[in-house]
Formats: sequence, C-alpha cells, structure tokens
Amino acid sequence: MLKQKAILFDATLCVGCGECYLACKQANDLPETNTDFLKDHLGANTYTVVEQYEDVYTRKLCMHCVDPTCVSVCPVGAFTKTELGPVTYDEDKCLGCRYCMQACPHHIPRYEWSKVNPRVRKCIMCYDKIKNGEQTACAEACPAEATIFGNRDEIIEIAKQRLAENPDSYYQHIYGLEEAGGTNVLALSPVPFDKLGFATNLPKEPLPTYTAKALEKIPGVVAGGGVFLAAMYWLTKRKNKIAEEEKQSNFTKE
Amino acid sequence: MKLIIPKITFWRVVAVLIVIAGLYSTYLRLFGGLSASTNLSDDFPWGLWIGFDILVGVGLAAGGFSICAIVHIFNIEKYKPLARPAILTAFLGYLLVIFGLIYDLGKPYNIWHAIIYWNPRSVMFEVAWCVMLYTTVLFLEFIPVVLEKYRYYKILNFMKKIGIPIMIVGIILSTLHQSSLGSLFLIIPQKMSQIWYSPLLPVYFFISAIGAGLSMVIFEAYLSARAFNKGIEAELLSRVGLISVIVLMIGFVIKVIDLIVSGNFTLLLTINNYSLLYYLEVLIGIFIPFGLLIQKTFRENRRWLYASAVMVIAGFLLNRLNVSISSISPETGVSYFPSVNEVSVTLMLIVIGLWSFKLIAKNFPVFTEEMHQEEYEAKLKENTATN
Repeated sequence: MLKQKAILFDATLCVGCGECYLACKQANDLPETNTDFLKDHLGANTYTVVEQYEDVYTRKLCMHCVDPTCVSVCPVGAFTKTELGPVTYDEDKCLGCRYCMQACPHHIPRYEWSKVNPRVRKCIMCYDKIKNGEQTACAEACPAEATIFGNRDEIIEIAKQRLAENPDSYYQHIYGLEEAGGTNVLALSPVPFDKLGFATNLPKEPLPTYTAKALEKIPGVVAGGGVFLAAMYWLTKRKNKIAEEEKQSNFTKE
Repeated sequence: MKLIIPKITFWRVVAVLIVIAGLYSTYLRLFGGLSASTNLSDDFPWGLWIGFDILVGVGLAAGGFSICAIVHIFNIEKYKPLARPAILTAFLGYLLVIFGLIYDLGKPYNIWHAIIYWNPRSVMFEVAWCVMLYTTVLFLEFIPVVLEKYRYYKILNFMKKIGIPIMIVGIILSTLHQSSLGSLFLIIPQKMSQIWYSPLLPVYFFISAIGAGLSMVIFEAYLSARAFNKGIEAELLSRVGLISVIVLMIGFVIKVIDLIVSGNFTLLLTINNYSLLYYLEVLIGIFIPFGLLIQKTFRENRRWLYASAVMVIAGFLLNRLNVSISSISPETGVSYFPSVNEVSVTLMLIVIGLWSFKLIAKNFPVFTEEMHQEEYEAKLKENTATN
C-alpha cells in the first residue's frame, strides 16, 4: 500500500517571499501573470498564490481533498484521486460543463475562458515529480519550511507537535483534518482560518455524500415507478372497459 | 410554383432581428470562446445558459410527460387532444436544450463522452444520460404524427404496440431528469442561500416542473389558437390550469413545512435581496395564478387563463435562475449579469422553438388527431380485409 502524500502549510512560518509562487510557475511552465505576486489571483496560468492578510501570509492552492468533490461531480470522470493523494485532471475526457468549478468547496479550479478549446486548470501537486519520489516544487523552494511535503500521517504528526510545542503562536486547529472529509493539503495559522480566506463553513462529512443520498434513490424510483405506472395502466384500462360494458348492457336493456 | 412572400408583421421583424443577433453571438462563441461571448468567470462558472436554456428548458418540457401520464397511463381519455401538442413541446424543448448545451459546454465536441466515460457518482452523469435517453423516447412518442401524415400504417401499427412501455419509460426518465437537475445543487450546501437549499431540492424541481409544464401546454395552445385557429377545448384547458396551480401550491406547502422544520423560516422574515427574490418568485409563480384560477370565473375566461399560465412560467423561470445564480454567494463579491450575447442566444433559441412548433403544428396532425385517427382505422380495416 502506497502512503498518501501531503503538503503542510504553516502560516506562522511564512515570510511572504513568493518563492513557492515562482517555483510553481516554473515547474508548470506558466507565463508571468502579475509583476507583484502578492497581488496575483489563482487563474488559468496561476496554480498557487501567496496572499497577505494584515501581517499574516497564506497560500492558496488545490487542497487535494481526501474524497474530492470535483472527482465525484465530473460526469466523465476527468478528475482522478490518485493513490498517492494528488487530484489529477485529464483534459482529453473533459467536456467543459464546469460542474467541478461550481461544486468545489475551496473555490479552486480555474478555466481557460478565452480559449476555443478551454481546459480546467489547477494544482496537481506536481504529480509527475512526486511519483518519482521527489517533493513538490513549492515545498522544495520554500526557504522557511512554511511549506513542507511528506507522508500524510507523518505530516499530521508534525502539525500536532507544532500546535503542542508553541500553543501561543497557533490558533489551535489543523485545517484539513476534518474539513469536508479532510484534505491532503493541511494548514496551520496564528489566527482563525476564516480570517485567511479559508472555507470554514464546511461540514465534516465529504460533500459527495450529499448527492449520493439522492443518487441512491434512482433504482427505487425506476423499479417502483415502473410497477406503479404499469399497475395504474392496467387498472384504469380495466375500469374504463367495465364502465363501457355497463353502458352497453344498460343500452341493450332499454 | 408560386413564390409565397410572407407578410411583414411586427413579431416577424422582431424574430428576424433576434436571429441575426443570435447568429452574431454564435460567431463570437465559436471563434472567441466563452470569454468573448459571455460574462462567465471563475467566480460564476454557470450563468444564463445553464440557468435558463437548460434548467428552464427541461422544466417547461415537463408538460409532455405529465399529459402523457394522464392520458395514456391513467387513461383519462378526455385530455387526449392535449397529448400531441404537449409531446411536441417536450421534444422541441429537449432538442433546444441540447442545442443550448453546445453553446455552454467548453468542449461541445466531447459531448458524447458521457457514453464511454462513466462516472455514476456524478449527478451530471445522470443528467447527461436522461437527456440522451428521454430525447430518444420523445422522438419515438412523436414519430407517429409523422407516420400518420405519410400513411406508413404498418410501422404505425407496430409503434402502437410498443407505445405503452415507451410511455412508461419516458415518465420514469422524466421523473429522474427533472429531479436530478435539482440534485445538481445538493453538493453546494455551504455556497447557497438556505432559502433555496434543501435536501428536498430534487422533489421541488420535480413538482414545480409538472406545474409549469402544464401551464406551458396552455400557453402553446393559446398561441396555436391565435396562429391558425387550431384550438383546444377551452374547458379542457381551464382544468389543466387548475391542476397546474394546485400542483404548485402543494409544492409551496411542502416548502414552507420544510423551512419551518429546518429552522430556516426566519430567513424569510428579514428583508434582503434573497428574501425579496423569493417573495417575487412565489407571488408571480404561485400565489397570483392560484388566487385567480381557483375561481371559476377567471379559470373559464380565456385571457385570464392565459395570463395565469404566463405568470406561472415567469415565476418558474425566476425560481430556476434564483436557484442556479442568485442564491449562490460569490467568493469574492463579484456579481454576474448575463451578457448581451448570452441573452441573444437564449432569445434565438426561444424564437427557433416557437417557430418550429408553429411550422410542425401547421403541417402535421398535431391538433387534429381525431380525424386522422378515424381515417387511419378505416384504412387499417380495409387493409386487413384485402389480406
């Protein structure tokens, strides 16, 4: 069994240097989109950004959910939750319905709106690199150990340790342990996470369970509906026939 | 052959202008992509083309399966004259939905991928299959009209034999499809206003589609009566109007109970954009038409009946746009309003739909089944006699 990989981002250590932003651009061969990286937003050519909230820096990138909403909603299965953890995308399957963008609880997937053959764009956790045992480009580039990469279980241990060792510097919560079923990108922060633009109103259970409840009723609707409609057809037909016969016999009596 | 020059009327000029604008927007969409033709963005990936062309289009086609069930499954024969116009409306509606999808999908040439790449966990996968299968069923339900016109009696006879199973399949597919459009939104509980979000969304979509679909039948019948005097008995239509508003009212009662049980009823007591939009939706779409049509005098007045049907359709439209666009709170405060091109394509689809309905109703036995039916049965007897 392969061990699931994870990224830990620690906002208390982040110095806002933007090395991760640049490394990501380079690793994915993306053009420059803004001269000031702090003013940039996620986009079709930007898979991660550094944002400043007062004196705290934070990162935005695909959270690589444990039970990803995008994987579940895609009608053609263009997204895959790989065994290692990253959520990857197959542009050849995609038909461009953008349900993934509508459904993503972290508001991550971006679209190539201006292209005639548009693709969904997002971080894929440097899947090709980590398959070969390397780190992600952003973790490699981080000079402050604010972004680190490793096995998910070990990453969680490290996060817990940091919270316990320096309780005063942290808001006591590991983002990504439980949010919508958990993520493979975990985060620590000195302030509550909603102050850094993280989605904090997510349920604990994975979001795909919400649609699963509706989808699992389909066999019942098909079977029950079929039996009900066939029975109604037979019954009402018979009723009409009997009514017709009675009318007829009344007619002959007269 | 005599060349027929169509008379120039106000609505014809409007229709032509709409189509010209729509074709220009089509050009922009094809060669400039979605950003050249729409106001969609990463914050609002779904807009008018999903909210109106798909959600409203499919919903208004619901008259097809509702009337079908009444006439062919519950065997309430007196509604029979409505069956064909309703099926035609549904068939054209679904064709337009597919047409609209081609505009909205980023890669429309991959539309067939749902056939080979399966993801049964996706509601969109269910939607895709419902569209494919039910359009096929509607084709089979409508084809007898064409066969009758060209007197293919053998195939017609065969179609009659498989008619009932096809109708049953059609009703089940419609039920799944209407409700699954509501299920699409189940996965974003945290993004939607709780006025509209509910685990019962699929049920509401189903019920409101039946109500609005029936009003659509009235709407089409009225237009047809105006266009070529092929009307439908007024008494029948007023009954359909009554059923339509009663169905919608039942849906509203369930909704209110749902809001009270979930504790979200208080959201309606504070006045803001969300609650005002909701009030507008139920006022136009349910309360006013219900208040009117529950009274015999209004119900049996052709104009009031028609006006109520239009209100129901408008309220339904507002509901679908509310669920798919207005209720969703954007991440970054960006708002969405459809672009001129999105509107012109939508209007073009409506024009094409109305125009096709008129053309087909004029040339095929859509409103005049009875006459053809007798003729057909006589012919059939003749055939068996000679054999």
